Amino acid sequence: MFKTVFKEVRQYRTALFLTPVWTSAEVVMGVLIPYVTASLIDKGLNAGNLPAVYKYGGIMLLLAVLSLVFGILAGRYAAYSSTGLAANLRKAMYSNIQRFSFSDIDKYSAAGLVTRMTTDVSSIQNATQMLLRTSFRAPLNLIFSFAMCLFINKRLSLIFLGAMVLLAVALTMMISRASKLFKQMLVQYDTLNGVIRENVDAIRVVKAFVRENHGISLFDKAALDLYAISIKAETIMSFNQPVMNIVVYGCIMAVSWFGAHSIVGGNLTTGELTSLFSYIMMVMSSLMMLSMIFVQVTQSAASVSRVAQVIEEEPDMSNPADPETSVEAGSVDFEHVYFSYKKGGDNAVEDINLHIEPGETIGIIGGTGSGKSSIAYLICRLYDVSEGCVKVGGKDVRSYDMDALRQHVAIVLQQSTLFSGTILENLRWGNPSATFEECVEACRAACADGFVTSFPDGYDTVIEQGGVNVSGGQRQRLCIARALLKKPEILILDDSTSAVDTATDAAIRKELITSVPGITTIIIAQRILSIKDADRIIVMEDGRVNGIGTHEELLAGNEIYKDIYSLQTSGGEADFDA
Amino acid sequence: MPRGFGQFGGPHERGYGDGKISKTVWRLFGFVFKNYKISLPFIALCIAVTSLTTLTSNLFTKTLIDDYIVPMTESGSTDFGPLAAAMLRLGAILLTGVIASFTCNLLTVYMGNGTLRKLREEIFAHMQKLPLRWFDAHTHGEVMSVYTNDVDTLRQVVSQSAPGILRSLVTIVATLASMIVMSPVLSVISIALAALMFFITRKLGGISKKYFTERQKNLGIINGFIEEMVSGQKVVKVYNHEEVAMEQFAVINENMRRSVYNANSVGNIIGPVNANLGHFGYVLLAAVGAILAVKGFVPLTLGTIVAFLTLQRNFNRPISQISNEINSLAMASAGSDRVYALLDEKPQADEGKVTLEGNAASGWQWRFPDGTRTPLEGLVALKDVDFGYVPDKQVLYDITLTAYPGQKIAFVGGTGAGKTTITNLINRFYEIQDGTIHYDGISIADISLPSLRRSLGTVLQESKLFSGTIMDNIRYGRLDATDEECRAAARLACADAFIRRMPDGYMTMLSSDGGNLSQGERQLLCIARAAVANPPVLILDEATSSIDTRTEKLIQKGMDSLMKGRTTFVIAHRLSTVQNADYIMVLDRGRIIERGKHAELLALKGKYYELYTGNQIA
Repeated sequence: MFKTVFKEVRQYRTALFLTPVWTSAEVVMGVLIPYVTASLIDKGLNAGNLPAVYKYGGIMLLLAVLSLVFGILAGRYAAYSSTGLAANLRKAMYSNIQRFSFSDIDKYSAAGLVTRMTTDVSSIQNATQMLLRTSFRAPLNLIFSFAMCLFINKRLSLIFLGAMVLLAVALTMMISRASKLFKQMLVQYDTLNGVIRENVDAIRVVKAFVRENHGISLFDKAALDLYAISIKAETIMSFNQPVMNIVVYGCIMAVSWFGAHSIVGGNLTTGELTSLFSYIMMVMSSLMMLSMIFVQVTQSAASVSRVAQVIEEEPDMSNPADPETSVEAGSVDFEHVYFSYKKGGDNAVEDINLHIEPGETIGIIGGTGSGKSSIAYLICRLYDVSEGCVKVGGKDVRSYDMDALRQHVAIVLQQSTLFSGTILENLRWGNPSATFEECVEACRAACADGFVTSFPDGYDTVIEQGGVNVSGGQRQRLCIARALLKKPEILILDDSTSAVDTATDAAIRKELITSVPGITTIIIAQRILSIKDADRIIVMEDGRVNGIGTHEELLAGNEIYKDIYSLQTSGGEADFDA
Repeated sequence: MPRGFGQFGGPHERGYGDGKISKTVWRLFGFVFKNYKISLPFIALCIAVTSLTTLTSNLFTKTLIDDYIVPMTESGSTDFGPLAAAMLRLGAILLTGVIASFTCNLLTVYMGNGTLRKLREEIFAHMQKLPLRWFDAHTHGEVMSVYTNDVDTLRQVVSQSAPGILRSLVTIVATLASMIVMSPVLSVISIALAALMFFITRKLGGISKKYFTERQKNLGIINGFIEEMVSGQKVVKVYNHEEVAMEQFAVINENMRRSVYNANSVGNIIGPVNANLGHFGYVLLAAVGAILAVKGFVPLTLGTIVAFLTLQRNFNRPISQISNEINSLAMASAGSDRVYALLDEKPQADEGKVTLEGNAASGWQWRFPDGTRTPLEGLVALKDVDFGYVPDKQVLYDITLTAYPGQKIAFVGGTGAGKTTITNLINRFYEIQDGTIHYDGISIADISLPSLRRSLGTVLQESKLFSGTIMDNIRYGRLDATDEECRAAARLACADAFIRRMPDGYMTMLSSDGGNLSQGERQLLCIARAAVANPPVLILDEATSSIDTRTEKLIQKGMDSLMKGRTTFVIAHRLSTVQNADYIMVLDRGRIIERGKHAELLALKGKYYELYTGNQIA
């Protein structure tokens, strides 16, 4: 999984590999500087030798300039390669999502994909940048600083070694204990957020039942639990600094004591002693850094696997080798079709056999979960059948080029989704080269022209994200118009007029007959009024076809249809769902 | 620190301050001060002690060299006794420092988390009192983000920035004092260098802020795009729109990359620049010090220069720290502004003094402020009511109607006719603009809000349930209901049969979206929830969403038994409901245009007839 993600570095590879080079160079400078400082003190200041002060001062300045240059390079390259990686990851995910079939999208859920493309990618980006800047720096710093210590004085360096081991053990223990607690803390966070979300979401229920205080007590409990676990986790972490301090102070005291002996014994200079002090700090801070890297890597590993999953996902549907590119006729056949949304899951439809003639108008009715929409999805191959076959124009849907099939079979999905942009832009999703007149015509057929022209900006009215500035019924009509612009052979309306009033619903059906004559129309509806004039009506129940026939035939012989009819219209054809 | 996982990634994604520290940050400090009057001085003391001990350990180098090593090398003495004593003193001081630093950390942990908890609780409790109008004006994402992103930003302020600034200040003052004592001349150079450094850090901060703002803007754009396009991915597929979407995405993605790159590289540069400026200063001081010492202008010992150089290092760090913390306080300002904006919202006024007493079994009574009681009848009268959700857009005009005790009033009409709005006024979800609403002759403004709502049972169109067991969800209607009462309510609502078919029966856990139940089953539970409350007056909003025939029959039966014997307002979608109503109010664009019984209205051949037959009449 790390490999999949790493592969997306692509054009930023050079920068990625150069970053550690710059950081290493920076580290070398950083390590050399205290050594030069020692010379400056010993040979310059100590000896009262001004030329030596200038010489070593000059060298130090040079090193500092180099260090600055390397530091800036390292910073920029790290930013360049990590943001580049993030951009490539987003692109790779997005382009693979474009290949996803409906069932792939269901598997991840749209919300899940959004999180992966945003939160997870930024977490990888931050981790990469940090790793690039520190993963070499910390071990290098550690090694070089320690090497310098050895170089200055072997015996005193052994003190460091002991301290390092001590610190490493202490840090590991703390982090492993705390990270468990931090995980629990995240769970507690989710609980707290869950309480808020539910409360805000159902605020009308809360207020109607006067349960404000009930909500507050639930919240306070969740807040208290979060508080308790946070305190526990952070208390462990607050041992961090004191432990670090004790070790550092211990080193300083030991080095002072033994260093004093060495100097008096003539084995060490005062300059070397001050350099040693600098190196103590370096060794210890690189140890701290290493432990932070460890934490960061474990935290971002989850994001890496979630992102890799999306990039690696093989879409479960693909074009055939030699695809048909045009649909000859608007006929539809179902032959012993079985289908389930999840492999091995319950069948959504079972043993469906149907023949629909070109130009026929078919109504489909039945309760939720009866399999109405599944039939629609199978016709335009948004999902593949588990068994049997679905034919359009006499040929198996799997033999068509998918784009071509969807061009000829237009479906208006239940969720009437519009995109931000003008109405005209939205309509042209159906046909990018449609003229303004064609768009108006489609809107007339969908009974949308009336309200569109009533907007001050008419067809140039900007739809906001989520289509929130038009009503549900208006959205549905625009979606129908958008589908009509495809000039399809087969039009499927999946509960697409549920939010328009009965009169408009009837008007749309009338318009469709006159403006797009001869196309096969499949209307899925809950309202009996929407389908009763169809050539044939299919009654679905529990994933099976319960009856097929005209309105009158079904009224005479189909129990379920009769039930629905009497429930909706006893006494008249009333419907107050307006 | 882990953040809550709102749908917005980072704390600064929405809106960005103008680079100044907002007044609300000071209010936050005030809040902390009020709650931690005792801890705060301790924390300050500990910080001071910690800083001073760090300073001492740094100064010890000078003492070590000047007072012990040099005299010993010069005299050739090997008596380490005095040094050992000095080391012991140092050890004691350092130990004090360690203890102080630990105490400070611990206190900060308690203070930081405690403040966060108090703040969260205060925000939530306040939010519960806000009128629905406020919830309408804010998306769920916005509200969630206050709790997750904004509160967490403030955590940084309380537990990191504020102590950080304090620590830096103490270190600066103490270091500066020792520096001046040691060598006033070198101190002048040092201060100049520090000023330069402060200036450069602030400058870089300014540049990065420009890029940062741009980055946030692009982040918003790309998140919006992903949100919209991925959520609508099924439509993208149906319309073969994949390639166009890819092209648009490529452009947005590249803009995003460029702006993040700019912002991050400036951010990454600040560190090395500061560190190396420190090195420059070091060399400069060493050279000047050496010249002064060698030429004998100023009496300077070797140890003094060395110690001064160490001090110089410690002087730089807090200065860049302070300027960084100031930057982050400015960034946190936007978050604290939003938190306090919520806390400053006015709660819904409740001046009602009349309260509700009793229960369904013993009879409901109104209790007046003077102590008198009258039984609740269930007579609700609206007179000349006008209302609009926004001031200049009226949605209800001159609504006048009376529901006599036990009557069933049905509202019918098209979308946006104002049916739901009327019921929202009766339970005071919104306040009327003009006219009066009386309940048993008492103006509803005079009834305390909780009492009013307790007397009105409500079944909303969207069946919202809460995570918890089915039993918990039914009991939500009346918290002290027994299990048996809950089961009885479920039976009344025709929900008992399906509940008992569930694997864990009444103890089945529901997720908050009620995912494991069908739409119809959720509605049955909502009816049971209202039934267990057993209120004298009912407001029902029949669901428009279609459910399979069998469940639909059950719901109808459940609703009918719930309505029996109570004054009921029902927003009707089903024929049987309308036919059984005592009065039908036909609404059109905010006005009652027809009223009467089913047969009367049919005879009118007006709007009702039109709705009833589904045919437009000219």
